[in-house]
Amino acid sequence: MELFLHQVLAGLATGGIYACMALAVVMIYQAIDHLNFAQGEMAMFSTFIAWQLIQWGLPYWLAFGATIVISFAAGVAIERVVLKPLHNAPVLSHVVAFIALLAILNSGAGFIWDYTIKSFPTPFGNGPLFAEGLMSRHDGGMIAVTLLMLAFLYLFFRHTRIGLAMRAAAANPESARLAGIRVGWMTALGWGMAAAIGSVAGMLIAPVVFLEPNMMLSILLYGFAGAVVGGLTSPGGAVLGGFLVGIVENLAGTYIPVVGREMKLSIALFIIVAVLCVKPSGLFGRPIVTRV
Amino acid sequence: MSKLLEARALCAFYGATQVLFGLDLSIEEGGITTLLGANGAGKTTTLRALCGMVRTTGDIRFDGKTISGRATEDIVRLGIAHVPQGRGTFSRQTVEENLEIGAMTRSGRAAIAADIERVYGYFPRLRERRRQQAGTLSGGEQQMLAVGRAMMLRPRLMLLDEPSFGLAPLIVEELFGILRTLNLTEKVSMLVVEQNAALALDVADEAYLIETGELVSCGPAQQLRDDENIRRAYLGY
Amino acid sequence: MLRRTIETREPPAATVAGMAAPAWRVIVFVLGIVVLATIPFVLKSFFLFQITLALIYAIAILGLNLLTGFNGQFSLGHSAFYAIGAYTAAIMMDGFDISYIWTLPAAAIVCFVFGFLFGLPALRLENIYLALATFALAIAIPQVLKSSLVEHWTGGVQGISIIKPDAPFGLPLNSDQWLYVYTVLVAMVMYVCAHNLVKSRTGRALIAIRDHPIAASAMGINVSLYKSLTFGVSALYTGVAGALGALAISFVAPDSFTFQLAVALFVGLVVGGVASISGTLFGGLFVLFVPNIAEHFSKGLAGAVYGVILLLVIYLMPTGAAGLVRLIVTRLVQQGRDSGR
Repeated sequence: MELFLHQVLAGLATGGIYACMALAVVMIYQAIDHLNFAQGEMAMFSTFIAWQLIQWGLPYWLAFGATIVISFAAGVAIERVVLKPLHNAPVLSHVVAFIALLAILNSGAGFIWDYTIKSFPTPFGNGPLFAEGLMSRHDGGMIAVTLLMLAFLYLFFRHTRIGLAMRAAAANPESARLAGIRVGWMTALGWGMAAAIGSVAGMLIAPVVFLEPNMMLSILLYGFAGAVVGGLTSPGGAVLGGFLVGIVENLAGTYIPVVGREMKLSIALFIIVAVLCVKPSGLFGRPIVTRV
Repeated sequence: MSKLLEARALCAFYGATQVLFGLDLSIEEGGITTLLGANGAGKTTTLRALCGMVRTTGDIRFDGKTISGRATEDIVRLGIAHVPQGRGTFSRQTVEENLEIGAMTRSGRAAIAADIERVYGYFPRLRERRRQQAGTLSGGEQQMLAVGRAMMLRPRLMLLDEPSFGLAPLIVEELFGILRTLNLTEKVSMLVVEQNAALALDVADEAYLIETGELVSCGPAQQLRDDENIRRAYLGY
Repeated sequence: MLRRTIETREPPAATVAGMAAPAWRVIVFVLGIVVLATIPFVLKSFFLFQITLALIYAIAILGLNLLTGFNGQFSLGHSAFYAIGAYTAAIMMDGFDISYIWTLPAAAIVCFVFGFLFGLPALRLENIYLALATFALAIAIPQVLKSSLVEHWTGGVQGISIIKPDAPFGLPLNSDQWLYVYTVLVAMVMYVCAHNLVKSRTGRALIAIRDHPIAASAMGINVSLYKSLTFGVSALYTGVAGALGALAISFVAPDSFTFQLAVALFVGLVVGGVASISGTLFGGLFVLFVPNIAEHFSKGLAGAVYGVILLLVIYLMPTGAAGLVRLIVTRLVQQGRDSGR
């Protein structure tokens, strides 16, 4: 029993990482109605920028804040410059553009900062949170920040006009234009916010998994899984989904003997797919009702 | 009365295909104008052209200001509301959110709230369903929601694309009665595209008749209604 | 003020430079055969090997195209079927000493079954969710291949080496040339089958399902059956490509079939032109050669250069190479019509 609890808590700790990433994924999905495969690399690149700022002597929280602002601006720029020409292109072409972005960012980061693993500081201190070995202070801090971001996003989307405008622009761009909403800029804003959230996720994750250009790919996958399990229309569900994925992955690794370290990822994914087969729009997603 | 909307030599293109061939339109302030024609005549395209949603050549002026070549969002902000074919409902948002979206370009929370109440006054069924997901509403209710959303803009001109489409006759009567009221009390001028000619001519002041992208006839609605040749050739009755 | 009725006129037949479409098709076809036949005697061994591989990728992309392009089911996991086909061939040849001739049909059958079985639960999943499920498949397969459970057959991390087959009947071709000829023959059969499938009633049903599944089902098309079968056929094509790939490289290992391969196939699909059979050939060439070109430009920034090239290609050809060709042809036909007036 103690082992079980231990694994659950450990799962919560890693789940915090996935929840953070899942939030960023859902954020951009709400804004642009696509999954952005380059999300992880954008977060990774932002984290490198933060690292560089710290190397140049900036105190942690200043670098943190500056990185968020820079990432926001970069996100807006990417949408307006890289993606605008594809405005009328079919959906699959957008996916290829994301893949291209992924390659550029990954290779660029490796070129500028090379592939050696770097450590990234944590603002929460290095000790354990409660008793020894259950959860570290950083894990706790990460979960707290994720929940804070979630609260902010919830308030933003449900209770501000601009949040509603963004949702409208993503849901039905033509009708949104007819309501006077500048759809192009709403999409750009969505990208900026997603980039900013991604940068926070990256800066929180890096102390745990260490900073190197390939750190985000599997985390992005877990983030996607968490977001999908929770239901892509629900930021709260995404966070919950992220935690669930962390717990399931840990329990599967512990209790299913066949599963070695390599298979943990596959098992987690297959369990998610199984969830989807039972509930195709995720655990908390609202099934989209359309009239024929 | 002054000319609210004027189009001269309006041509419209879908890609390389030309669909409107030199239309001349003018809408007076304060009245209801109807644009009639058979399927595929170009009625919807005309409305979309006026809102900058398709590529056009020619001159379009709203209240004296040129709007041809401008983006849809900017044209809408000048006071033209477009109720599109198929309603254009934001299905995933609630009824009330749909109305709030309609008011997105306006400021003043109290004024917007008051307008939402006014819309509910015209369409009580929407008030009952205010927290419901808009995609679950019936066709008639979605049409009312679309008109309500357009109203939230406080437009001077409302373009309606086949508002009677797919609706039961009783609902259509109700809807057109409300449109007439809106025109008179809220002073919203209207350009109504309709396939149901009898219905439209009943409520309109002016009428245009379009066939394969060209204007065939225009004049007071009464005149079109009384012209037997036109009725038989183009309006089927 | 009634207008006269419009005079109707038959539009002149579409011609480019004075020749009608069927004449052009014959010319392209004959040219193609001539080029294909001379290549193995003109090119150096390594380059011939690359062309063969490009053709193999084209077949794999064709499989993906049938599923995603013509049937609208989004798959990011076709590397899995490629891997299954490759391993089927390798295990047959190395473990059971079966001749390479039988590996293709075997890979076809195995992959069809796998694809069909995967397609069944996938029926319930839409777009994003299907993408994730196929993504999971692509990630899982290399891990499964490495695992201790099946190490005995798959050779685990080390993989399996096989011997490249020699030309039969004592033909004067070396093994690279023979493999090229073999691949071309297989490709021709598969492309003709795909073309016929797409043009048939079944093909139209697939496209109907892609564009409007509810209407398709209302017309009496058994959507579930067609979608699962399409998954199977798509997997079959990519699996056969995988088997050919195993022969060409003479080696299979789990890390050759990662998610990156699935991404490459997807990129090849879009760049060639979604729902275009001939576009897949361009896609195969792109997938093989462009990463090499990128590395030539800059070793350290190879990925970035590749990304930039990819963006430029997508900007210039948002509907793929096939789309661009279609656009050019339409323009030329339009000019021909206008000048003939």
